[in-house]
Amino acid sequence: MRLSPDQIVFWHHGPITLNATIVFTWGLMFALAVGSKLITRRLSTDLKRSRWQCLLEIVVTAIEKQIGEVGLHNPKRYIGFLGTLFLFLAAASLCTVIPGYEPPTGSLSTTIALALCVFVAVPIFGITERGLGSYLKSYVKPTFVMLPFNIISEISRTLALAVRLFGNMMSGAMIIAILLTIVPFVFPIVMTALGLLTGMVQAYIFSILAAVYIAAATQVRKPATETESEPEATH
Amino acid sequence: MDSMTIIAVASIVIAGITTAFGTMGPALGEGKAVSTALSSLAQQPDASATITRTLFVGLAMIESTAIYCFVVSMILIFANPFWNHVIADVAGK
Repeated sequence: MRLSPDQIVFWHHGPITLNATIVFTWGLMFALAVGSKLITRRLSTDLKRSRWQCLLEIVVTAIEKQIGEVGLHNPKRYIGFLGTLFLFLAAASLCTVIPGYEPPTGSLSTTIALALCVFVAVPIFGITERGLGSYLKSYVKPTFVMLPFNIISEISRTLALAVRLFGNMMSGAMIIAILLTIVPFVFPIVMTALGLLTGMVQAYIFSILAAVYIAAATQVRKPATETESEPEATH
Repeated sequence: MDSMTIIAVASIVIAGITTAFGTMGPALGEGKAVSTALSSLAQQPDASATITRTLFVGLAMIESTAIYCFVVSMILIFANPFWNHVIADVAGK
């Protein structure tokens, strides 16, 4: 029973192996980069735009709005990182409809790599936004005793990001594989549809959590307390 | 019972118990979360976008503990290091 696409090896020479994870990741990168480049070759701002440009605009403005709602005040700075995370994970999950494709996020190495990217990006964004001293001071924020707990929580939430994504994608693939040996006709299609849904939800969750971590690291504490927080709801 | 039998029995039983407990707890938690989200949606329908988004984020966090239990069960059944070690010993003999 195959646990991950790491075990399908296409080519190996010495210590370098090309397994299915790497090949499918390259395929996704190629498709996303070349597709975006082709669509954005001739951008137009008047009323006549191509359908693909409209599609990309919908996607980009939706991601920007979500990043703004999470609490990041300058979404254009973070949309490169967060948008790429979301688009890569969404594409990795959507391409499951192609026969013979295994999502590369079903391998723990891919998800740990993505979680490490978030782990590195959070201090980088925090330091560029707040300065090194203010960012480091946030680790001792409630009291000095909380320093080890804050560090441990940083590490553990990175691990949780990786394992959550890996578990969801791996379980989807495994359920389909098991069902194919038991009831090979209709049920696997239903489970594939469910796997698509959970893949999209997990892509959204991963990027929203990354945005929340970055927002927590970059929030600049204002000296005066904020008093208005919508006391008058619109009637 | 030799060590091979003990390892096999322990792995199988614990894999089943891990999945059993790992699905009960998160299911209860998610049920509570969804019911609270539904009642707050009924009270304030125009905040439905925020409520739905927060609900999904919360559900994913709760689901991740179930996923941890699932991963441990899978490791015990399919990638068990103790079983592999014992099998390698027996094959080597």
